[in-house]
Amino acid sequence: MLPIQIVEIQNRLDALRDQDLYIHLELTTGAYAAHHDTTKHPAANFITNALVRYGIGSISGSDPYRVGLKMDKGWIYAEGLTHYDETDEERLIMAGHDSTGKLVVALQLSREPF
Amino acid sequence: MEQRILVVLPHPDDECFGLSGTLARRIAEGAQVTYACLTLGERARNMGNPPFANRITLPQIRKGELEQSCRAIGIQDLRLLGFHDKTLEFEDQDLLDLKIGELLAELDPSLVVTFFPGFAVHPDHDATGAAVIRTIGKLQPAARPPVHCMAFSHNHRESIGDPDVEVDVSSYLKQKIASILSHRSQFYVPQLLDKNAHKSREVLERFGTERFWTYKFA
Repeated sequence: MLPIQIVEIQNRLDALRDQDLYIHLELTTGAYAAHHDTTKHPAANFITNALVRYGIGSISGSDPYRVGLKMDKGWIYAEGLTHYDETDEERLIMAGHDSTGKLVVALQLSREPF
Repeated sequence: MEQRILVVLPHPDDECFGLSGTLARRIAEGAQVTYACLTLGERARNMGNPPFANRITLPQIRKGELEQSCRAIGIQDLRLLGFHDKTLEFEDQDLLDLKIGELLAELDPSLVVTFFPGFAVHPDHDATGAAVIRTIGKLQPAARPPVHCMAFSHNHRESIGDPDVEVDVSSYLKQKIASILSHRSQFYVPQLLDKNAHKSREVLERFGTERFWTYKFA
């Protein structure tokens, strides 16, 4: 994983426009959040291999980054993205890691199921 | 008599802090250990620091870490059951119980180790412990192997009291440290990195005893 390079991500988002894609979208505080600190409210969600299609996809912000995907009838949004997998040519694999390296958010798009 | 131990836990690394020393000791005493790991921990947040894994690569990385940990401990038989991390509490209970029941029938263990349902913090831990207890509870009382449970929720002693099994693993800290360090995507414990860490008094105090509760079937 490398720190996000905004031009590279924008190019990849453009290349994935107007086609059926499988998405993995995730946000998590971790299952131990409240165990380690009782003032914390543990929350998490993920959705894997839902089929989506967007006409406009953009990245914005400055580390961490935001991505918005405009669909025919709705939106997909992720904030806090910091890294992407530069070795994966086919799929767009992005994640947001906190200062200790823990994954907080993930947004992945692929033409094939994950 | 030679012990046959069946360990049932949901995630790679669930064995390392609370159980690896005990397993290393029992194996040195002649035990045969099967470790059934229900998932690959593929939804973990820890990816190394700085991160060297991602959601795509993490399952294979954690599988390798688990195999390394098992070698460090001396575990003879690792089974990967292929369930998905974070989903066990929502899984088909009959399927979970069937898989655990098949292992019990095949291995006829003299001891089973799992998490204490309700006192193990992570929903997968509780669901795994519950499935083991449910499956063994269906057996005739005389056919039930003893079940040693791990518990670490904040208030567990108020409900289940003190552990009735304490295992001195002070002579097996090398194996235990190697097990913990195997899971390098998940843990960074500077205290354990020194090659003489197993001789350190602080390490002995923190890691030298492992504690279990023998489950009391109603």
